[in-house]
Amino acid sequence: MKINRRQFFKFSVGAAAGVMAFGLGMDLKPVKSYAQTLKIRYAKESTTICPYCAVGCGIIVHTSKGATGKVINTEGDPDHPINEGALCSKGAALSQLVNNENRLKTPLYRKPYSHAWQHVSWDWALYKIALNIKKSRDTSFTHKNSKGQLVNRTNGIAHIGSAALDNEECWPLQAMMRALGLVYIEHQARI
Amino acid sequence: MIMGSNAAENHPISFKWVTEAMKQGAKLISVDPRFTRTSSKADFYTALRSGTDIAFLGGMIKYIIENNKYFKEYLAEYTNAAFILTDKFDFKDGLFSGYDPKTRKYDKSVWEFERDEKGISKKDRTLQDPRCVFQLLKKHYSRYDLDKVEEVTGTPKEDLLKVYEMYSATGQKGKAGTIMYAMGWTQHTVGVQNIRAMSIIQLLLGNMGVAGGGVNALRGESNVQGSTDHCILYHIWPGYLKTPTASQAILTDYNTKCTPKTNDPLSANWWGNYPKYSVSLLKSFFGDKATRENDFGYSWLPKLDDGESYSWLDIFDEMYKGKFQGLFAWGMNPAGSSANANKARKALARLDWLVNVNIFDNETGSFWKGPGVDPKKIKTEVFMLPCAVSVEKEGSVTNSGRWMQWRYKAADSPGDARTDGDIMTDLFKKVRYLYRRDKDAIFPEPILNLKWDYTTNGEFDSHKMAKEINGYFLKDVTINGKSFKRGDLVPSFAFLQSDGSTSSANWLYCNSYTNKGNMAARRKRETSGIGLNLEWAWCWPVNRRIIYNRASVDKHGNPWDTEHPVIKWNGTKWVGDVPDGGWPPMLNKDGTLNHKSKYPFIMKPEGYASVFGPGRADGPFPEHYEPLECPVEKNLFSSQLINPTAPIYKTDMDAYRTCDCRYPFVCSTYRVSEHWQSGVMTRWQPWLVEAQPQLFVEMSPELAELRGLMNGEKVIVESARGKVKAVALVTRRLRPFKIHGTVVHQIGLPWHFGWVHPKDGGDAANLLTPSTGDPNTRIPESKAFMANVRKI
Repeated sequence: MKINRRQFFKFSVGAAAGVMAFGLGMDLKPVKSYAQTLKIRYAKESTTICPYCAVGCGIIVHTSKGATGKVINTEGDPDHPINEGALCSKGAALSQLVNNENRLKTPLYRKPYSHAWQHVSWDWALYKIALNIKKSRDTSFTHKNSKGQLVNRTNGIAHIGSAALDNEECWPLQAMMRALGLVYIEHQARI
Repeated sequence: MIMGSNAAENHPISFKWVTEAMKQGAKLISVDPRFTRTSSKADFYTALRSGTDIAFLGGMIKYIIENNKYFKEYLAEYTNAAFILTDKFDFKDGLFSGYDPKTRKYDKSVWEFERDEKGISKKDRTLQDPRCVFQLLKKHYSRYDLDKVEEVTGTPKEDLLKVYEMYSATGQKGKAGTIMYAMGWTQHTVGVQNIRAMSIIQLLLGNMGVAGGGVNALRGESNVQGSTDHCILYHIWPGYLKTPTASQAILTDYNTKCTPKTNDPLSANWWGNYPKYSVSLLKSFFGDKATRENDFGYSWLPKLDDGESYSWLDIFDEMYKGKFQGLFAWGMNPAGSSANANKARKALARLDWLVNVNIFDNETGSFWKGPGVDPKKIKTEVFMLPCAVSVEKEGSVTNSGRWMQWRYKAADSPGDARTDGDIMTDLFKKVRYLYRRDKDAIFPEPILNLKWDYTTNGEFDSHKMAKEINGYFLKDVTINGKSFKRGDLVPSFAFLQSDGSTSSANWLYCNSYTNKGNMAARRKRETSGIGLNLEWAWCWPVNRRIIYNRASVDKHGNPWDTEHPVIKWNGTKWVGDVPDGGWPPMLNKDGTLNHKSKYPFIMKPEGYASVFGPGRADGPFPEHYEPLECPVEKNLFSSQLINPTAPIYKTDMDAYRTCDCRYPFVCSTYRVSEHWQSGVMTRWQPWLVEAQPQLFVEMSPELAELRGLMNGEKVIVESARGKVKAVALVTRRLRPFKIHGTVVHQIGLPWHFGWVHPKDGGDAANLLTPSTGDPNTRIPESKAFMANVRKI
């Protein structure tokens, strides 16, 4: 039985009422075992740095060792010299960023002039983007500028973002864009 | 002092330490057009009109000099205040010498120092020479008298004096003052000069390099420091190397042009190592494919046209003109975050394709179904790719204090969402496949030769990348008596070479992941001292926590502040923080010059901090100009109304209105604690949306009365470029200003909202802001523009 946190609370309230009215007429096992997975005592603990502003606060993340493997709790890291356990409203709500039913879960594609998204596979989406890159790059590639100087660039594609990526992702991202010949490369630091 | 920032609201945990300092007797000054959460905690608060910071700070420079509050020894020995200028430098009626009104640019070569026969800048350490920087600084700011500053800023004279007095008290030896600023200073047509003005104050007071000093940019994204260091920006390559231009045909041209020189043997001129860093970077780009014979692949990387700008504002200008086929908006929402967002939204419709990588649906990916947009008319093919959040991958982020901190993976991503590292790896693999397959492919070398071996079992491996960022020895070498094997990680950038025998994807991060391990993952707290925490995580460069720390000591190596030393010379070596170079102090015990020493400001070619800044596009001294859109017809300081070098864009979507009765109020944008940036990450979270559900516009009771508006009423806020609906928040936090003898009202609104979600939350405040910005950085002027507010 799959159950999310909110349903669990609803369910447990209903279940408690049920117990009072009809005695042990319900199987509470799934609820109990789910509740077990929410206890941080049994969870895997890891540390992270808050994904919002650049103060760099430490956060402890508890992940269920149950089958869901979900993040079940986040809280300020008391050992961290910057925040000593404190967090702002956004940092304190980190678990709602992670476990959020509104998150995008599959690649989406919108055809020219279409009024709707369609779900597509990663393979399909990335291959189509790669084709687009090649076509746009090749048709706009400039070996020499108007002065005849060697520039080897494409003015047909631009890139913006991403200050939210890890350092180890930022480097290859700019490397890929530069290898493709982009000069219009910008991100959050500019605005 | 907190000015240009509302730290208590937007960087709340930074404010924890402000509070801590206040408990120990520190005084807090808050200067802001609006009485903020920061102001409510300050010892002293005063308001200024948005866009008049240089007038405010210029008055402070005048006060410090005329009242002898500056730290003379520091100023004369460690800054270029003593340097003598040639008579080609001049300033008249708002313009520095060298201005060309046709190109709206300066010829900066006329802002030159006098040099002696050895080519070393001439100095007058007594600071008396009428052509020395200090005397010219004094002359420049003698015009910023209290009356004029009050008339321009709207700040009462007595408040100005109070701030000047309080802050300049930090100029005493052993005292420190710091400034915390954010976008309230950068998002102006004079953004860089706002910060320059404060930097000059900090140098006058001897507040750079010391504990509790500095000019602190409170950066807004968890890794915007790191993404800047790795240069996802048009003008720089990783490690703040310059992006090559078309006139630099070969690597030697590039290195020669970019490597500063000095004739002064006492200047470390650290950038003199430039070729070691550029060649090591090229070795990380192209690995074995980068050889001395092919100029290490230099020609494979794209070049800019000399003097051209390829910035954010230019991207959207070009895009609006239909010049681009494709755009990557990777973890970014320009339909909400771009100044003049209407122009950005229209520009997106002129693309053939758009790739939007994000965690949630947003105004950019869904622009084709936005308000007033008919999808049937939008040709753009859009890909919206779901990515992991921070706790679903492993890697590091670098904070405002340059600490590189490691984060661990706590869970898998939901559904098919993938890490950005995996997305780019897979995408690049497919691009490579297409180029390998095409026998007539156009210029495939950079694509096929780019080194990309950062995967393990097909998945992106952040440790492999982190090691490459640090750098490797590529052959067995012995340097300064130390031997290294091919494949060893380079222990620090002092060992990088320009002959291709080392790699380092970012020299500034060399020392972050060495044979001793992953330095960013360290977790040992400091138990005593000033909070350097040298064994907690890692800090660039080479784990130095306070840069320019050799300015925190006198010429004998004794700290100015003996109670809070950053470093100290113990007779044989420096103790404390990692010093800015290990050279001994400037003077021997007997007071003679130590020729083995170096000046403290090692990144400057001359070794001195820049009171006079000849590299800036808009002048070597900050000068007050009005914002591009302003409520006054005249600049009281000169006949130049606006920054004469500010970029102006000219499409039909670019409208600028000054002294236009349709847009009579000064307007600014800002943030709230509960939301973040354009709101993509926070607007989908129930707790945060409950706390801050919708767009509001703050105004004074006087303005509300003038417009007949009630608190809580829905109103329209409009500028020459767009309009938004917002809830009127009538509050004493804003007060009318008296500017040039007339009443000027100021309003402000947060910019986190957008039409996608929540449904009645309102749209982006950036629909109002203008596409103009700073001539040095091209950061848009979102903090001072003209708007109207009215009943619906």
